[in-house]
Parts: sequence; structure tokens; C-alpha cells
Amino acid sequence: MTTMATPTKPAAEAPAPVYNPKSESAGAKRAKSVIFHIVALALTAVVLYPALWMVASSFKPNAEIGGTNTSLWSNNFSFDNFVTAMDGIGGVSTLQFFTNSLVLAVGAVVGTILSASVSAYAFARIKFPGRSMFFGMMIATLLLPFHVVIIPQYIIFQQLGLVDTYVPLLIGKFLAADAFFVFLMVQFMRNLPAELDEAARIDGAGHVRIFGSIMLPLMKPALISTSIFSFIWSWNDFLGPLLYLNTPEKYPLPLALRLFVDQTQSSDYGAMIAMSVLALLPVLVFFLVFQRYIVEGVSTQGLKG
Amino acid sequence: MTQSPTLTRRPTSSAPVLRKSKQRGADARAGYTFLLPWLLGFIALTVGPMISSLYLSFTNYNLFEAPKWIGLDNYTTLFQDERFLQSVGVTLSYVVFGTPLKLAAALAVAMLLNSKRKGQGFYRSAFYAPSLIGASVSIAIVWKAMFGDSGPVDQGLSFFGINLGGWVGNPSMTMPMMILLTVWQFGAPMVIFLAGLKQIPADLYEAASMDGAGPVRKFFNITWPMLSPVIFFNLLMETIHAFQIFASAYIISNGEGGPAGSTLFYTLYLYLRGFSDFRMGYASAMAWLLVIVVGIITLIFFRTSKSWVHYSGDSK
Repeated sequence: MTTMATPTKPAAEAPAPVYNPKSESAGAKRAKSVIFHIVALALTAVVLYPALWMVASSFKPNAEIGGTNTSLWSNNFSFDNFVTAMDGIGGVSTLQFFTNSLVLAVGAVVGTILSASVSAYAFARIKFPGRSMFFGMMIATLLLPFHVVIIPQYIIFQQLGLVDTYVPLLIGKFLAADAFFVFLMVQFMRNLPAELDEAARIDGAGHVRIFGSIMLPLMKPALISTSIFSFIWSWNDFLGPLLYLNTPEKYPLPLALRLFVDQTQSSDYGAMIAMSVLALLPVLVFFLVFQRYIVEGVSTQGLKG
Repeated sequence: MTQSPTLTRRPTSSAPVLRKSKQRGADARAGYTFLLPWLLGFIALTVGPMISSLYLSFTNYNLFEAPKWIGLDNYTTLFQDERFLQSVGVTLSYVVFGTPLKLAAALAVAMLLNSKRKGQGFYRSAFYAPSLIGASVSIAIVWKAMFGDSGPVDQGLSFFGINLGGWVGNPSMTMPMMILLTVWQFGAPMVIFLAGLKQIPADLYEAASMDGAGPVRKFFNITWPMLSPVIFFNLLMETIHAFQIFASAYIISNGEGGPAGSTLFYTLYLYLRGFSDFRMGYASAMAWLLVIVVGIITLIFFRTSKSWVHYSGDSK
């Protein structure tokens, strides 16, 4: 990381004495651009190396991973690791784990979209006593370490007999517990012109109509960012399923991976990495397809990865 | 009120007021109806549990027998618990070294990318990608393999004559390994920095150049103050986030926090106490200490921010 700051410096300093952007020769400009791309590409290689290594290793025979063959390329590429990985673990096929992950992620998206949009409408568009107090509390939950609630939550769900079901993992999504999404939608709605509601009100529309036929359609970008992030967060979630799920048939992929690590304990490295690749595949596909939304969402809303 | 002599005049003058207050009542009802999902969640999943975990933190509770009140015992025991103190040390060194390094990397790369050159979008996406997958179990497995004995990191360093062996099994190398994992995810704060950098008017830099300011002075006199609200936001969020690392530590240490407790992060120890040993009162005390510490840190950040965070008048 230290390498990138230094090479650009001399070039940037050069035209300083008589500042005039046009005085810079075409050659100097070109050289600067070449240096920029060399530095940026080198950095890209470093940043993406772990991902490349993971994908390359998943196609290598066990003996070659961490063996003497240090290059990413192997002459013995095969799909064997993936075949083993698809067999699953503990008598449950990997396809089942995929389905479980998908059910949880889709449930999270549906719940979050429904609850966060409705709550955000109340915060952004309706005046009622206590609104700013509750808004402040919602912001405070953004900063609250959620570990403070996991123990009582577990006790509640345990007493309700809901441990080892998906209810504890999904109920929070339907109750807008991810304050980040509520906040994101509030910010988005506040930027929509107030005249929209006023005009609709004069026409006699109530809040349900204003929300359903004016706000929701206009909120599409915020709804898309929310869907993408709640899908990915649910897909990668580990602590929730670790706490609540006991039977392997119900495991989503991250828990299945842990089981795999526990049971094979480095005896089948290749299959373990192949399964890691499979588990990340949907996230990577999402990223490639929705790249723009994801990166824009982060830069405008401060969403975390 | 009903005896008021002005009663007869009332209907005409108060009609709009009446309509308004009626509207206000309808709004209040609508407001709470729309807020209901969040309100229910807030009470049932946040406030309620927070209160009961505060209560539990003063008890001995193992999930099967009724909680037994023991006063401050959990809290006093914590400070004699070596594993607890170790988990505090591990977490603090992760937060104190990892977060600034990550943010420095994020800011440096954001400044590198802040130009109108071609390919900027590609680099931005490529650097962002790790933030999306970095906290996953898959990446923790890959990290463990890469930093293991004769993994690519070990072999790469051996090539330069540095023989550290595997980092995973070496208690003094696990922390650098975990810090590298968080620094690797510099993309999310970088994207936010980049958005902030684009808001800085270019003529400020041009004027500074005309006055003969070099890049270092431009950085400290323009970039840093103009970017300070964004730096503050990133610093606060990344710090709070860093305290809560769990999945990577769990997977890399097989859920034990080893070797020699070097990856026994606070949340991992809390999990082990609460859900392996079923010492839920003890774990609740840990949870509340975390809330207090994070709260104090947030407060300090906001207090000190007045001296170095500059909000320009036209910000939203």
C-alpha cells in the first residue's frame, strides 16, 4: 500500500511552480496515466488474490493445495472437489443447504422490504407526537452492539419452543429490526418532494393510498439496495443460525461449512474450499449483476458490506 | 368551557381549527399504525431484552433453573477472570490497530482513484468486493488456508527468506493475520471516502496550487478538513463494527479462540460463556460492559469531534 503514494507524487508536483493545467505536455499526462494504471492494477491483483487463490484451489487436487506448486495454475484441474462438495455433509446434500439459505434470504428480503418501508413512511411523511423521539431511538439502535440482546432473545425463543426453527432468524426482519434499512428509506423518502403528498391529500387520498401508489413506486432504487443488502447479509449470517439451529437438515450454508470444517479437519482441503466457493457464488453473481446499485448504495447511504 | 358566552360564535371561527385537529388525530393514528412493525420489534426485540439482560447480569442463570440474584458478583468476577481480560486485550488491539490501518488504506486508495481517468469504476468495484464477502465463513476458511503451514503466504515469505511458518498456529502472528483480514475489506469505507472527495470543490485545490502549496499542504489544509465529517462517520462506524467481529474469529480458531487465546475476541468469549457453559448471567454482564464501553467511546468521539470535524454551512 505504501508503493502507490510515492510514484504519483513527483508527477503531481512537477507543474506546481507555474500552475496552468494546459501547460502540462501530452507526454507527461500520458506518463501519469500509465503510472496510475500500473499502481491501480498492482493493487487490484493484491486485493483480488485471495479470491483468485480460492477459485484456483477449488479446482486443484488436494496434494497440490499448499504443496510445492505455488502458482495459481495447475495441470491437473478437475471438478472432483465440487463433486465431493455437492455430496454435502452429515447425510444432508449441499443442495438442501442451498435451499435453506435461499429460504432464509428470501424471507429476510420480503420481511425487510415490508416492515422497513412502512416504518420509514411513518418517520418520513407522517407528523405524530413522539416521532422525533422514536427516530432518535432508532438511530441509537444503529450503534448498539446487538450482543446485548442475543441472550434474552434466545431465552424467549427457547421458552416459546421456537429454537431450531427459522422463526427467530426471520421475525426481526418482519419487525424492521435492521434499523439501517429503515434509516436508508427515511433518507430516501425525505428527498422526495412534499408537494406529492399534499396534492394527493387534496384529492382526498389517505396515507395508505399515498404510501402504496405514490411513495412505493418512487422508492424503487432504495427498495432495490435494501433487497440486495438484506439478501447478502442473510446469506452470510453465521451467528444467528449458529445460535438457533441444531439439526443439520435445517442448516444454511455457513453452518454447513462449519460442520464440514469440523468433520473433515483438513483431510479434504479441496472439497472444503470448493464448498466455500459454492457458498459465495450467489453473492458474487449478485455483485456482478447489481454492482452499480451496490457501490452507489454504499457511497450515498454509507451502507456497510 | 361550555358556559362560555362566546359559545354561539364558535362554530364559524373554529371550523378550520377543528378540521386541523381532526387531521392531527388521524395523522397520529396513521403514524402509529405505520410505525407498528418497528415499534413492536423495538419493544419485543430490543428494549425488553436489554432490560432483562441487565437484570440477568446481576444473577446466576443457566437457562434451566430460575435466575439467582447475586448482586455485582458477575461484574467483580469478570475482572479476575484471566480469559476475560485476555479477550479484552485481543479485541482492543484489533480495534486500535486494525481500524486506523483499514481507514488509512481506504483514504489512500480513495485519493488515488479520485480522478477522471478511465477504469475508475472498475477499480472501485474490484476494491469494494472484499467488503461484501470478507466477514463470511467462506473467506475465514480461505484465510485460514492461506495463512496456514506452507500456505501461499508462508511460501511467499519463505521465498524472500522469511520463515515464519504458518501464521494460524503461531500465537504472535494470529493478530496480524486478523488485522490483514479487516484491512483487506477497506473497500466499503473507501467508497464512502471517494464520494466525499468528489464533493470537495476543485477550485480550492487550484487556488492552493497558485499559492504554491504542495500535495502535503493541500492534504492537511484542504482534503482533511473538508473530508472530516466523512472521516468521522467512517471512524465511528468502523470502530463500533470492529468490536463485534465474530464469524471470522470463530471459524479461524475452531470456535475456541486459540492458539493460546490469541483470537479469543470479546464476542467469541461471550458466546462461549453464554452458549457453551450456559452461564447466561455472566455473559449478560459481558454484554452490558460492551454496551457501556461502546457508548463511552461513541460519546468521546462526538465530544472530541467538535475540535476537528468541520461541517460546511451548506450541508444537509
